[in-house]
Amino acid sequence: MLHEGVRTCSGCGASLIAKLVLKAARKPVVVVSATGCLEVATSILPYTSWKVPWIHNAFENAAATASGVEAAYKALAKKGLIKEVPDIVVLAGDGGTYDIGFQSLSGALERGHDFLYVLYDNEAYMNTGIQRSGGTPRYAWTTTCPAGEVLKGKLEAKKPIALIVAEHRIPYVATASPSEPHDLIRKVRRGLEVEGPAFLHVICPCPRGWRFDPSLSVEVARLAVKTCFFPLWECRWEDDDMVLELTGPSKLIAEVPELKLPVEAYLAIQGRFAHLFRPKRMEPLIRQIQADVDANWKLLLRRAGMA
Amino acid sequence: MSSSLPGWKELPMGGVAFRPSTDIKTGEWRLGFRPVVKEEKCVGCAMCVVLCPDMAMGLGEEGKAQVNYDYCKGCGICARECPYGAIEMVPE
Repeated sequence: MLHEGVRTCSGCGASLIAKLVLKAARKPVVVVSATGCLEVATSILPYTSWKVPWIHNAFENAAATASGVEAAYKALAKKGLIKEVPDIVVLAGDGGTYDIGFQSLSGALERGHDFLYVLYDNEAYMNTGIQRSGGTPRYAWTTTCPAGEVLKGKLEAKKPIALIVAEHRIPYVATASPSEPHDLIRKVRRGLEVEGPAFLHVICPCPRGWRFDPSLSVEVARLAVKTCFFPLWECRWEDDDMVLELTGPSKLIAEVPELKLPVEAYLAIQGRFAHLFRPKRMEPLIRQIQADVDANWKLLLRRAGMA
Repeated sequence: MSSSLPGWKELPMGGVAFRPSTDIKTGEWRLGFRPVVKEEKCVGCAMCVVLCPDMAMGLGEEGKAQVNYDYCKGCGICARECPYGAIEMVPE
């Protein structure tokens, strides 16, 4: 569904995720992309990498555009001009979701438009040169929260976007990782099948911005899952109650807690956390990250009824 | 801006992109290494096809992995993720 010749960096997670999402679709798809790496790398005039109808909009209104597209197709179907309404997929980055696009996303979820919003989360504004976003994790280096003598990267924690979206009480919310492609494809299909909005939060390793070798892209995503830095789950609402289920490796870790790796395994292979290990080990900061991960994991286990 | 570039009157309305990106041979970006499939080890599980971010991996006629070097950027994900160790990164 994507043409060859996508001009993303070598080892890019975003084009991998876009490819997997489009592979999963079974009905005709219309894609809406917010400004971001994926949009820029796939649509440099006069070239386009999309084999499906695709619309680009500004940073802040991907969900609003998707709402309009959905409403337009519904109107056409009502007038009998088209047979079926296609699936509408939004592919947006963390900047266009956590920060700039959040109001339009929240509005579209509240109005209940039928679309799947896929957030590829590379945890900073990579397209413009690695600036911090609401999705950047604590103590990660970026160009706007550099690691120096006094400050050691970003001081604030990552915003729990998937749980925030889940609290909008939409039919389906899930997290996924390109290291578990089957799980990802199943969740995309589930998200497209449900009536109403669905949200999929996908971790998207970025070799340039996270500072690791391009061949490690999938391995980094796998370690994020294995350390519970980025647990995999899906959630729906039944009788005004949130039903949250862990999936894949995260479910296994919940059942066999010994399988949970220390978060250091995830941090140590990324250059954006290098200041935590060199020139000297910053034990309190590593412990703080581990504490964040443990607290989030405990919260998830409680919500999944597995604590 | 150079006069050889098209002006706004020649550009498509709304800036609609009209050519497939297959014209762009991203294989030129490879930095010294390219993946080579060891056919005797490949079982055709297609894990590399699924995980290639550049759509440069496919299955050949005999069901073995095949690299499209026109578009392979040489990231090496396929070599690392192959469950059978059937892909090797060799210097060009």
